[in-house]
Amino acid sequence: MAGSSPNAAPDAGALRPVRSRRRVNLQRFGLAIALVVLGGALALLSPVFLTPENLLNVARQVSVNAVMGAGMTFVILTAGIDLSVGSVLALAGVVMASAVKAGLPLALALLAGLAAGTGFGVANGVTVAYGRVAPFIVTLAMLTIARGTTLVYTGGLPISNLGAAFDWFGQGDVFGIPVPVLVMLLVFLLSYVVLAQMVVGRYVYAIGGNAEAARLSGINVRRYTVLVYAISGLLSAVAAVILTARLDSAQPTAGTGYELDAIAAVVLGGTTLMGGEGSIGGTLLGAFLIGVLNNGLNLLNVSSFYQQVVKGLVILLAVLLDQRIRQRGTGRAG
Amino acid sequence: MALEPVPSPILQMKGIMKAFPGVQALAGVDLEVLPGEVHALIGENGAGKSTLIRILGGIHLPDAGGIILRGRPVSITTPRRAQELGVAIIHQELNQVGPLSVGENLLLGQEPRRWRWFVDWEALYARTRAELAELGVPVDPRARMDLLSVAERQTVEIARALSRKADILVMDEPTAALTLEEVERLFAIIGDLRARGVSMIYISHRLEEVFRIADRVTVLRDGHYVGTHPVRALDVDRLIQLMVGRKVTEKYPREPVTPGPPRLEVRGLSADGLFRDVSFTVRAGEILGIAGLAGSGKIEVAHAIFGMLPLDSGEVFVEGRRATIRGPADAIALGIGLVPEDRKALGLVLAMSIRDNVSLPSLERVSTAGFVRAGEERAVVDQAMHRLDIRAPTRDQIVRSLSGGNQQKVVVAKWLQAGAKILLLCEPTRGIDVATKVEMYRLMVELARGGAAVVMVSSELPEVLGMSDRILVMHEGRITGEFPHDEATQETIMARASGRIGGGGLQS
Repeated sequence: MAGSSPNAAPDAGALRPVRSRRRVNLQRFGLAIALVVLGGALALLSPVFLTPENLLNVARQVSVNAVMGAGMTFVILTAGIDLSVGSVLALAGVVMASAVKAGLPLALALLAGLAAGTGFGVANGVTVAYGRVAPFIVTLAMLTIARGTTLVYTGGLPISNLGAAFDWFGQGDVFGIPVPVLVMLLVFLLSYVVLAQMVVGRYVYAIGGNAEAARLSGINVRRYTVLVYAISGLLSAVAAVILTARLDSAQPTAGTGYELDAIAAVVLGGTTLMGGEGSIGGTLLGAFLIGVLNNGLNLLNVSSFYQQVVKGLVILLAVLLDQRIRQRGTGRAG
Repeated sequence: MALEPVPSPILQMKGIMKAFPGVQALAGVDLEVLPGEVHALIGENGAGKSTLIRILGGIHLPDAGGIILRGRPVSITTPRRAQELGVAIIHQELNQVGPLSVGENLLLGQEPRRWRWFVDWEALYARTRAELAELGVPVDPRARMDLLSVAERQTVEIARALSRKADILVMDEPTAALTLEEVERLFAIIGDLRARGVSMIYISHRLEEVFRIADRVTVLRDGHYVGTHPVRALDVDRLIQLMVGRKVTEKYPREPVTPGPPRLEVRGLSADGLFRDVSFTVRAGEILGIAGLAGSGKIEVAHAIFGMLPLDSGEVFVEGRRATIRGPADAIALGIGLVPEDRKALGLVLAMSIRDNVSLPSLERVSTAGFVRAGEERAVVDQAMHRLDIRAPTRDQIVRSLSGGNQQKVVVAKWLQAGAKILLLCEPTRGIDVATKVEMYRLMVELARGGAAVVMVSSELPEVLGMSDRILVMHEGRITGEFPHDEATQETIMARASGRIGGGGLQS
């Protein structure tokens, strides 16, 4: 959708400045430059950074947040928010792990986890769309419900030793490319296709841009609202597969605070919290920016306490910069 | 009024130029306003009125040209500077804080204080009451802002400007959302302010208003200065000619068509508190006008037929068959399209492109298994843009950046592409310029000729009279009159619309 963008020629008749999708590209261009600059700086500061092993490591670490960020992008494009993703990840992980332990076939165990995640997403969506409660409140409540359920179910104890077949999803590789990275790329490819080429994607943008106009165009706004939260729940569960398999253990406290990283990736990627504008490709870049930053700070032996401060500052800086670019791009709207 | 025989201007804007990327919005425009004058600023959409006003208000900086205020050259760099210089702009979309009270809004940022850090509420409300009384409007200073009518909110905005000692007041289409009565009250206030020596720059698409209240008029066209004339020296035709740059020969290009079979019939429609027992039939090829004052329920009838509002009772028949409409999606499936009265809030997704908006209701027709057939969609949208003469460089132009007239065409294009055979047009020409209005009328005729049934709900009496084959009049939720084109006059319709001649009117 916002990805392919023929540049608009200068307008002959309109009074206001031309505003095309070029802007979105410019923005992502800026983000890509930021990523390259950061990478370059890290390459100078640390001899390890540019090694293939480290880069693959970064990609593997980014995959969990990126996959959740993809789901979050759908939700935020409709002007919603999903704060429950971290807790839903933990719940889905625990469901899968206990299914594996109970001796269920691997496919069924995965399916159970994905279904649990999707179910929570649907519950979010139905409450938002039909109960007309603000997404922030609904998903905040779901955050503690899912976390609580997970803790009750596990008694607070991790479920470990899940077997090599399951762990392959977090630790294996195909032709040298880690499976989590492949999963991430697949998720983004599919998300891109849905948002850019499918009717559903167009409706997601329309609902976020002006829900009332979308409804008056005959779009079933509630149905698609449920759908985006379901996608977010599903992708949280996909992230749970990666994380649980990588650790060979489902932690009931896994994913705490992950919702903020996912939102940060989306916003850094240029998707506005107001809905209706943004792109899935931006989210991938945003997730990588955060991942590279984490990796770099680790390589430079920055204490994890300072890391949080630096990460926050970089996010602020990026969003401030982005605001500047936007203002220059749009002029003032009437 | 001015004291000298030839008063010196309070405001002079000279040779103002302003370019935006790709557009020369203003190419050397002059504006000269005398003290205590109502100065109309007119031109089609895109002529540069808004840009000029934004420069005066400190929102944009001019590329060239100068502003002389009370004889001194000034540069207005920020909205705050404009305010300090006594310039106030009453925007069409009022900038107010809805949940706060009238008093809090009126004195926002200049609240009377007590012990430096605390608001002196008594003084605040007393001052507000005094300011409002001066304008002769009975508004409760403690009322919540968002519970007031548009007219009341506008008056508060004017009072707010005056409380800040503004003596140049710019009003951008102040009557667009007012009822006839409210317009009269606003005109009374404007007359009052003029007598007090306040200068007003008045922007409106309603030319009759210009002739009623303005002293002089400045005309812009395509960013160029056309001229400034005393209103007495002009008439409507001459003014339109100045605006458009040519003669608009036919303002209402009505072409009666022999009506075909009934496309839409409604019987006994009622929605509690909005309208009661509304029945009418529209045939293929017919343009039915529905007139009425604000609050008469005319817009709500259209909304209810389109499924936007629930009906309490009544039946809708489409092509002779009983229809159940639970929401807009059902209405669209039956071939009904609605052009809403507020295109920005209801008709368009402003952040999306022309293409996205036009194809929105018919996207499933150009898709296979959920995938949009992009080439076909582009072709269909290009065809619609060509047919409606939507002026934009590409179909990927974001609709927010289009002029009001072009935006309205995009809304209509949606329904053409969706294949609507019944069109409900709510205030179809609100906020669009003369030339585009005529295009809109031509389009209505073309649609009717193509076999569509057109229902035009409008507060603009001249266009209802000019365009409709038949006219229904509503008052307080009921149909109070029905006239064929030839028997309708301004007077008979107003009599029915205001309830002077009421319930016993012809019922269809």
